[in-house]
Amino acid sequence: MPGRADGHKHLLSIAELEAADIIGLLDSARSFAEVSTRPVKKVPALRGRTIVNLFLEASTRTRMSFELAAKRLSADVMNFSTSTSSLSKGESLKDTGKTIVAMGVDAVVIRCPSAGAPQMLTEWVDCSVINAGDGMHEHPTQALLDLFTMRERLGRLEGLKVAIVGDIDHSRVARSNIHALNKVGAEVLLVAPRSLLPEKIEQMGVTVTGSLDEALTWCDVLYLLRIQMERVNESRFPSLREYTLQYGLTQTRWSRLERKPLVMHPGPMNRGVEIASGVADEVESVITGQVSAGVAVRMAVLYDVLGGSRG
Amino acid sequence: MADGILIKGGRVLTFPEGFIGEADVKVKDGAVAKIGRGLRGDGCEVVDASGCIVAPGFIEMHAHLREPGMEYKEDIGSGSRAAACGGYTAVFCMPNTDPSIDNSSVAEYVFDRGEDEGLCMILPHGAVTQGREGKTLAPMGEMGTCRAGVKGFSDDGNPVTDSEIMRRAMEYARTMGAMIISHSEEKSLSADGQMNEGYYSTFLGLRGIPPESERIGVFRDICLAEKTGARLHLAHLSTAGSVDLVRTAKKAGLPVTCEAAPHHFSLDDSSLMGYDTNLKMNPPLRSKEDVAAVLEAIADGTIDVIATDHAPHAPHEKETEFDRAEFGCVGLETCLALVITRLVDEGVVSIEDAISRLTVAPARIMDMERWGYSPVVAEGMPANIVVFNPELEWTVDPTTFKSRSSNTPYAGWRVKGKVMHNLFRGKTVVRDGNLATGPEPAVAPAGKSGKGNAEKSRGAAPDPATKVRG
Repeated sequence: MPGRADGHKHLLSIAELEAADIIGLLDSARSFAEVSTRPVKKVPALRGRTIVNLFLEASTRTRMSFELAAKRLSADVMNFSTSTSSLSKGESLKDTGKTIVAMGVDAVVIRCPSAGAPQMLTEWVDCSVINAGDGMHEHPTQALLDLFTMRERLGRLEGLKVAIVGDIDHSRVARSNIHALNKVGAEVLLVAPRSLLPEKIEQMGVTVTGSLDEALTWCDVLYLLRIQMERVNESRFPSLREYTLQYGLTQTRWSRLERKPLVMHPGPMNRGVEIASGVADEVESVITGQVSAGVAVRMAVLYDVLGGSRG
Repeated sequence: MADGILIKGGRVLTFPEGFIGEADVKVKDGAVAKIGRGLRGDGCEVVDASGCIVAPGFIEMHAHLREPGMEYKEDIGSGSRAAACGGYTAVFCMPNTDPSIDNSSVAEYVFDRGEDEGLCMILPHGAVTQGREGKTLAPMGEMGTCRAGVKGFSDDGNPVTDSEIMRRAMEYARTMGAMIISHSEEKSLSADGQMNEGYYSTFLGLRGIPPESERIGVFRDICLAEKTGARLHLAHLSTAGSVDLVRTAKKAGLPVTCEAAPHHFSLDDSSLMGYDTNLKMNPPLRSKEDVAAVLEAIADGTIDVIATDHAPHAPHEKETEFDRAEFGCVGLETCLALVITRLVDEGVVSIEDAISRLTVAPARIMDMERWGYSPVVAEGMPANIVVFNPELEWTVDPTTFKSRSSNTPYAGWRVKGKVMHNLFRGKTVVRDGNLATGPEPAVAPAGKSGKGNAEKSRGAAPDPATKVRG
């Protein structure tokens, strides 16, 4: 990952990584995954380091996953969320960041609804910053755990055909995955109506189709995004029923497939909307596998950013 | 006490003549007494203008001076000082104050505050609707006849969304001899938008403001201007689509004028890649194609005026998450340099033409004659004169701004063209690039040609203007 003038290493986006950085992190995650299989799931790599989870937006799996990753590396972890923080009293992110770091923190893991906030935070605080999802911008550790899963399951990344289905416009997961997959030499096809695609997304090196059936016969990996009901009110699509008909992985579509792709989902799933319940049960091991991979990947990221040996 | 001012050795630019050659300009009793070669100092304060252009003071058509109500960002004092240092002798300010300028009391307050500061004319634009709420028309007639003589009406950043109300506003304005200045924007397309919609908004995950939002707004306003016969001035055009509409409207003979801001011809949306909130504007910085179209429209005269949309904001309003940051940048103190660096040096327009967009064009549109204000350097006319060095290179340093705010996208830019001196109503308000608030300068001894060392002995005047930061 790029070093910074301030001497701290950050993970702000996949866009700023090189392919070698990504592969390096995935390799490192593989060795950390082994730690989670031991009876004593802990290594002393980050003993004495302090990490703050600054979560300004609802999150269960990402926050728990980062917390567990930090604990398995023996770091001390503090959790900070909007409802309990002074941000709800009107304190600015800059002041909150400075306050936290003044307590002697080595890294801030930030999740927030504003795109770019992790990058801004690096200018305000004297510590490492890890992006755990910023608005519609990026969610780099999600993309890393997704690539980790693809690589473990399919044995390669280069040349892999990945179809991402759903609300691309609002998805930081999609953006990070597009960057990551492009960098490691996979092919990306986006599947959505135009009303759920951001402007000029093709310039990010992807192709686009409005037909899920076309994508299903093409892809090695089918990556379903969570669809949100409020997009109906924004006139992005007519109804959940219509969405399921056009873009849902229904039982009919699934049964028809001779060659079944690897089905992935960042969670939480809307059973019966983007994926039929029966199909979800059938592919559940992959999706829960993504969650376990999340801990290993975040251990690798924390270790890389905080440079365990320096501790 | 100096007996008048002698501006020596500059190239005099006036309108409609253009450059009238190197000449001395003698100013006495608030007016230009004489223009000619080798004029004698005779007890005058002598201003060395060698290498400089001596031109009519600039007129800003679109500034936010924040008073009353938001004096922590700017007030009429700090705004006047910034304007004077930027070469302006008249500034029109927008009514989005608190309370808004939607009646003659607030309009006269703003006008009088400008007169009290005495550094340039401060002329308020009025709101189209009461409280800028887009519902009930503001008293344009009364504001027009009050001391502030309001002629331009605008709800600016809260454009009148109801087309029926806009139609009636134009009809009423026409009857009152007023004009509508429109920040044209179809708000339903730009809601929650943070930057221009395109590849960069997609990459950055920021909500986009599509160029069509402006284009549709401009189209509606031109349609209504055509229907009502009202004078329409379109503020800060930023897209290829909207300048095309104005070009067509002008060809059809409609009474439509428009302006562009320096940031819309000097920056594009690719510069937002680092989430710098000083680049967050409304209208947003657009694509390279749009910037090219704006430059073309400046070159062919479709864009009449360069106006800065000077929008001061406090540090905490910019040092925040991008989607929480305020829109806009300060512009009064960098406009001339950007015009010279990006328009004149790049061959878009000549220097005479560029300066006309800062002087005669706004004076004509705002009918400045009614103030006895004439954008000329001519004998017998009031001396509102700027002396600037078009070749002087400097680096933009926001800490030196006279504005109370420093939200500029140009910090660290190397630019060309600097205001050296500024005379307002025959009085030196800027001397050697600084506010002329220090002691009176030395005077050329009577009976000599003014080539003495008077102008060399002058130190930079101290600047008592307090800067509020942090």
